[in-house]
Amino acid sequence: MSTQTLQARPADVTPLVVMQDVGKSYGNVHALRGVNLEVYPGEVTCVLGDNGAGKSTLIKIMAGLHEHTSGTFEVNGVKRNLASPRAAQALGIATVYQDLALAPLMSVWRNFFMGNEIRSGLFLDAKRMKTIADEELQKMGIQIGDLDRPVGGLSGGQKQCIAIARAIYFGAKVIILDEPTAALGVKQSGVVLKYIAKARDAGLGVVFITHNPHHAYLVGNHFVILKLGRLTLDADRHELTLDELTAEMAGGQELADLQHELGGVEAGKTVDPDHPEVELAGPGKPRLHSRGTDDDATSKGEA
Amino acid sequence: MSTPTVTASPAGETDDRVVVKGKVGVLFARPEIGALIGALAVAALFLAVAPSFRSLGNTGTILYAAASIGIMAVGVSLLMVGGEFDLSTGVAATTSGIVAALTAWNFGVNVWVGVLVALVISLGIGAFNGWLLMRTGLPSFLVTLGTFFVLQGANLAVTRLVGGTVSTPTITDMDGFASAQKVFAWEASIGPVTIKALVVYWLVLVVIAALVLTRTRVGNWIFAVGGDADAARAVGVPVKAVKIGLFVTVGFCAWMLGMHLLFSYSVMQSGEGVGNEFIYIIAAVVGGCLLTGGYGSVVGGALGALIFGMTRMGINYAGWNVDWFYTFLGVMLLLATLVNLYVKKKADAR
Repeated sequence: MSTQTLQARPADVTPLVVMQDVGKSYGNVHALRGVNLEVYPGEVTCVLGDNGAGKSTLIKIMAGLHEHTSGTFEVNGVKRNLASPRAAQALGIATVYQDLALAPLMSVWRNFFMGNEIRSGLFLDAKRMKTIADEELQKMGIQIGDLDRPVGGLSGGQKQCIAIARAIYFGAKVIILDEPTAALGVKQSGVVLKYIAKARDAGLGVVFITHNPHHAYLVGNHFVILKLGRLTLDADRHELTLDELTAEMAGGQELADLQHELGGVEAGKTVDPDHPEVELAGPGKPRLHSRGTDDDATSKGEA
Repeated sequence: MSTPTVTASPAGETDDRVVVKGKVGVLFARPEIGALIGALAVAALFLAVAPSFRSLGNTGTILYAAASIGIMAVGVSLLMVGGEFDLSTGVAATTSGIVAALTAWNFGVNVWVGVLVALVISLGIGAFNGWLLMRTGLPSFLVTLGTFFVLQGANLAVTRLVGGTVSTPTITDMDGFASAQKVFAWEASIGPVTIKALVVYWLVLVVIAALVLTRTRVGNWIFAVGGDADAARAVGVPVKAVKIGLFVTVGFCAWMLGMHLLFSYSVMQSGEGVGNEFIYIIAAVVGGCLLTGGYGSVVGGALGALIFGMTRMGINYAGWNVDWFYTFLGVMLLLATLVNLYVKKKADAR
């Protein structure tokens, strides 16, 4: 992030989405309580939290899958209760889910235009859809080759990119990414993070949901941390460092406790399998070379 | 301690792992290829062993046997691509014919009124199946199994209640019967071949349904709801409407078949149709439709029905004992699914 400029946003920029004191209960379970969140255009807002912290509930409210049960939710300054994903999409809120909302047996271009098919007259304009899908994917820098391939055979990063490219192409103003890097390797995560920055540069409001503070800090402008359904941190980038974010994410004091707990473990130590320090009881204990061949025995002797 | 080593990648900047499929690969990736091979094999077998099979005059009969399965297989194939199942199709066709006959006879109205009432009831049964499925979230297997038994019982009970016997009273002398028969059960001869109405309606339905499935927005939605209903909903596909629409389409097919049966035989036997639902499903599966949805084709379902029709007539023409028909059918089903599996693996590997 060498070109990072830590300038404040201009005063006349208004947030696309404003959540005030938003809560959601399922019966007697309060999944989310008193959440305040603002999503500005051209910025990446990172929502961090451990499993079960309420991230999914927050996304579902913004995506229109669930309605919130308390507080107010404004899109472009108008209070809304989103009843369906279609309503959210109509307001320019697109969501890229963890499962990516791709049908595995359908081809790349059919998936790209799923629900937003281009037609000429009654019939699908397959040629145009293929051309557009190809262009949009090239823009994002991924090459699929054969667009008639079923999506199920592509890599995780490629699928993620198709889902993001699709959301951007269909006029999203706010794009919500649900753990886009969770299942990816280092290189593919880098590719996805680059796209997040690209979406920001295109003036979109990006909501980046993750449990990885390192990934969040690489692209984020604003950070909130959810814990047990409440916000425990709400800070701009210049207000905190990566270490502070990591510490907050891990729960500050909790991390110190964890380190204390693991004090006797001696990370990095190796143990000779022939002379374990702890004898496991029972007949099922691992025996490394009880059935070794002669070759094994000689090689072991040499070692 | 060893130091980590970095191997230089021989690959260039571009991802060259995917090579474009050849024409053969594209052809073999189609869902109906297994059924096509199967149909050719069955045709070759009976052409060799059954002299009557070779007679041109019997083509119409074979096509008719295929159409009586195929017309429902159109709806069932679409439904299976959409990820659902319908066990009530066999008796639903009978219900449709019974409703038309009893409405006309009982109220003494024009037969066409009965035909329209039957249409409403048939579409209604489909809509009810779809609605109950979406409302309860139960598997379609259970919901339509329920509908199957309800209809099977109602067919027998209502027919006996109104007409006093297990078959519908005769309506051949009523107003509108002659004109309805001209629409639903006409026959035409082209040279030695007699073409029945059902064959033409079947082929028309196949063409329309195949176009809808592969070339229209609704078709894309059918693949989407069958492939991953949650994904489809998340991108704004009206999942409920699509699935209910598919069940209604099956209802329409049942009405077409029911009307043809009523006007070609003049009466409906109230116990008919039981067991046929599996034959429609088999035709669709042989045609390449996956039981799990999201993959398949209408043309494949039609080929499946054709295999069925050829087998049924071929066993007759070959002079074999017709008792073997279902055994033959089971073997065909297993072979076809194995061929589908093999072909699909081959196509994916290319």
